[in-house]
Parts: sequence; C-alpha cells; structure tokens
Amino acid sequence: MNQFSLNFDRENYHEKPKNDIFADAITRTQQPIVTGTSVLAFKYKDGIMLAADTLASYGSLARFTNIQRLYPVGDFTIIAASGDISDFQYVQHLLDTVMVEEYYTNDGHVLRTQNIYEYLSRVMYGRRSRFNPLWNSYVVGGYNDGEKFLGYVDLLGTTYQSSTIATGFGGYLAQPILRKAVEGREDTLTETEAIEIMNSCMKVLYYRDARSFNKFQRAKITAEGVEISGPYKAETQWDFAEGLRGYGP
Amino acid sequence: MNPVTLYNNDIFTNVPVEAPVERNFYPYADNGGTSLGIAGADFCLMASDTRKSSGYSIHSRYSPKAFKLTEKAVLATNGFAADGLALTKRLGQKLEWYKHAHDKEMSTPALAQMLANTLYYKRFFPYYTFNLLGGIDEQGRGVLYSFDPVGSMGTEVCRAGGSSAALIQPFLDNQVALKNQQGVQQTPLSLEAAIRITKDSFTSATERDIYTGDYLEIFIIRQEGTTIERIDLKKD
Repeated sequence: MNQFSLNFDRENYHEKPKNDIFADAITRTQQPIVTGTSVLAFKYKDGIMLAADTLASYGSLARFTNIQRLYPVGDFTIIAASGDISDFQYVQHLLDTVMVEEYYTNDGHVLRTQNIYEYLSRVMYGRRSRFNPLWNSYVVGGYNDGEKFLGYVDLLGTTYQSSTIATGFGGYLAQPILRKAVEGREDTLTETEAIEIMNSCMKVLYYRDARSFNKFQRAKITAEGVEISGPYKAETQWDFAEGLRGYGP
Repeated sequence: MNPVTLYNNDIFTNVPVEAPVERNFYPYADNGGTSLGIAGADFCLMASDTRKSSGYSIHSRYSPKAFKLTEKAVLATNGFAADGLALTKRLGQKLEWYKHAHDKEMSTPALAQMLANTLYYKRFFPYYTFNLLGGIDEQGRGVLYSFDPVGSMGTEVCRAGGSSAALIQPFLDNQVALKNQQGVQQTPLSLEAAIRITKDSFTSATERDIYTGDYLEIFIIRQEGTTIERIDLKKD
C-alpha cells in the first residue's frame, strides 16, 4: 500500500516517485506526533507512587484512550513517560532487550533502578547529542533493599532526582501541590494518604490540562514489588457550568 | 504549507513540493545556578548552590553541580546541567586512566589544562558549561581556573560563575581582590574571611536571582584533604 500523494495521478502510482527529494532522507523525530501528557510521582512511606492518564493525543485529538504509560522494567522498577508514544514504545523495547541480555548472562546480578535510570539517561543524552532526540520526559521510580529511588530524564538528557516529580503540565499544576504535601514527609506518608494526594492532583490536571483524560492508572513500588492498578476516574463536578451565563441551556 | 514552494522540472510540472522545513531542535538548556571560587595562600574554596531550574520551574532543590574530581581539585559546572554531568564523567574517566598509566593522581594545573583541551575538543558542538576548577597545586598553594564553554582558560584569585556571576563578581573584586579600595594593605585572605564572604555572596544572590537558592555546598581544599559544608539557603 503506497500512498505517495505526488503520484496519485500516475498510472504507476505504487512506485516510489522519482522526484521525491525526501525519498532517501534520514528521518528523525523533530516533533512529537502521538503524545501523552503529564506523569506524577512521589516518595511515600512504603516506596514510590506514580500516576499517568491513559490518553494518547494526536495533536488536540484524543486519539487513543486506552494507552498504558506506566511500564514495569524488572521486578522493582517502573518507568513512566510523557511525550511521543512511539518513542516510548521504542524505549520499552530497548529496555526489554537490555533486561533479557542481563538475564541470560545469568551471573546472579539484576539491574537495579539506579542502573536502569543511568542507562536510560545515557541513551537520552546520546540521542540528543546526535540531534535525533527521543521526544519524551521519563520518570523512573524504584525500590531496592529498603531504598527509594525517583529520577527524571528528558529529551535533552537533563536529569535530576527529587522526592516529588511531575512532567509536562503537571510541573506547573501538580508539582506545587505535591511539594506542599510531600516534602519533609517522605518517610511518614501512608499509602492511603499517598493515594488521596495522587487522586486530587490528577483531578486538578483533568480540570485544567486540555490534553488530559479522566481515566488514569496508579502504580506503586514497595518492598512487595511493583503494582500497577486502575484504571481510576477522578470525581469531578461540572454542574456549576449550567449556572454560567451563556454556557448553560 | 511552507511559503517556499518548489516546482519539479518534468512532465508533471507545477506539482508543488514542500521545501524542506528546518525544525529547530535546540539541544541546550539553561539550568541556572551559581558557583564561586576563591584561591587563598594555602587553600582553595569552591562553592555552588544546588538548585536545578528550567524557565520558571524548579526541577530539584538538591542537585549538586560541584564535584570533587581528585583529592586536590573540585570542579564547579554551570550552564547546561546535562553537559556538565557528561563532562564531569568524561574527566573522571580520564583521571582514572591517568592514575593507572602514571601511578599517581593528576596535579591540579595539569587537570586544568586537560579540561581546557576536553572543552576545545568539542569546539563545534560545545559543552555549554561555564566551569570553575579550584584546588591546590603541587606546592600546596591555592589555585583557581575559570573556563568558557570552548576551553579558554584563565587563572584567577576569585571568580563567580553562573546565573548570579554578575551580582557576585564585583563584590568579590572588592572584598577579595581589594579592588577600588584606597590605602589597604595586601594581606593574604584567611579561610574564615573567605567563608564569610562566600556565605554573604550566596545569601545576597538568593534574594535577587530566582535561579539561585535551596542549599549551598562549600568545598574547602587543603593539603590535608577536602572538606564539604552544606548550608541552607532560602527555598522560595
């Protein structure tokens, strides 16, 4: 199936056009196409909690509504992505390959969260240095031997670790809420409180981020391992809109 | 469609083809932050705040950008943090090779020259970092070097780098190098005075510069070894 629009009026339209100046071009991600919005994550008493909605947008079109953006790598690490979904799927494949290679080496070592984070950040920085970036912001969360890990890496190779992380719009809308709720309480927040905080942040994002979606997943990484749960809905209240002049019936 | 339109010169003439569009992927960011170095007679002080920002967002409150490279040298990087980290890693690796090849640690002046070469090696795709390298030389004297992103190197007595450089440097010129002061006698700066000036510099810079704050790390490099002190700055 060839759909070279230049050739629609030709008989041999299925052939590669001879005058296509892009035919042999090297292709690079120069802009994200199908995208996911914010990812939220923070530390709490038992480990790390992350959340992301299930929407993959095509520009402003809500194109795919059931896409998982939380991805477990190994037994105690989760990566979560915002940005280009196809680049994310490539990274999933890449990390899976690495994990398999490490597994069949069979030397008794498993990649820990820090190792996966380091690997991913080198890939991201390497790609940006070749002017061929993977158009994502990643959050890497993990829990190994009682130690919590939460890191961020983006398309420029910028990295940092923090007790609260929010990508995309979440950086403006949810990060202030998370900082207020979590900073200084990383070792005392219970799971119930963490869920409460996460849900309210996802609700704020759904109210104000036009590329978000009212269906999200949560993940936690604790001593028991990784657990991705959901999908959940944020309880929202819209009936006030009817009272607005020029908006209601 | 792009305003520039090309036409193909064959039988299907006047078929519009979009001209190649250049989309700008800009591979750099400014992560803010400030560093400072003071070289004394028998010590060197290196200080950096630990905030990492981008635009109006604070990414992390504790993300250090000053690194102990050898027992006698500390590197402070400013500008694009990812490059700073990559550069630090590269230097660390070269220092390791040097140690195995020569069975000794590299001297600070040699490390400064190596840093200049490493930066110049990437002259046409630079590490976008403004570096300060401080330490003690083989005679135990405090030394301080500053670099631009492409490897120009200068020897300094006191230098501020990063987002608050313009706020702090004149203060250091006056208080450390004793510039524009009349009738002062040039006595060597004590470590206590250097620490006091450093703390004052950073608390003041934090007031006015949104990219500076959270924590301050002060490295003091002496013949006996390197110590590190961590101090709170305002977190607003």
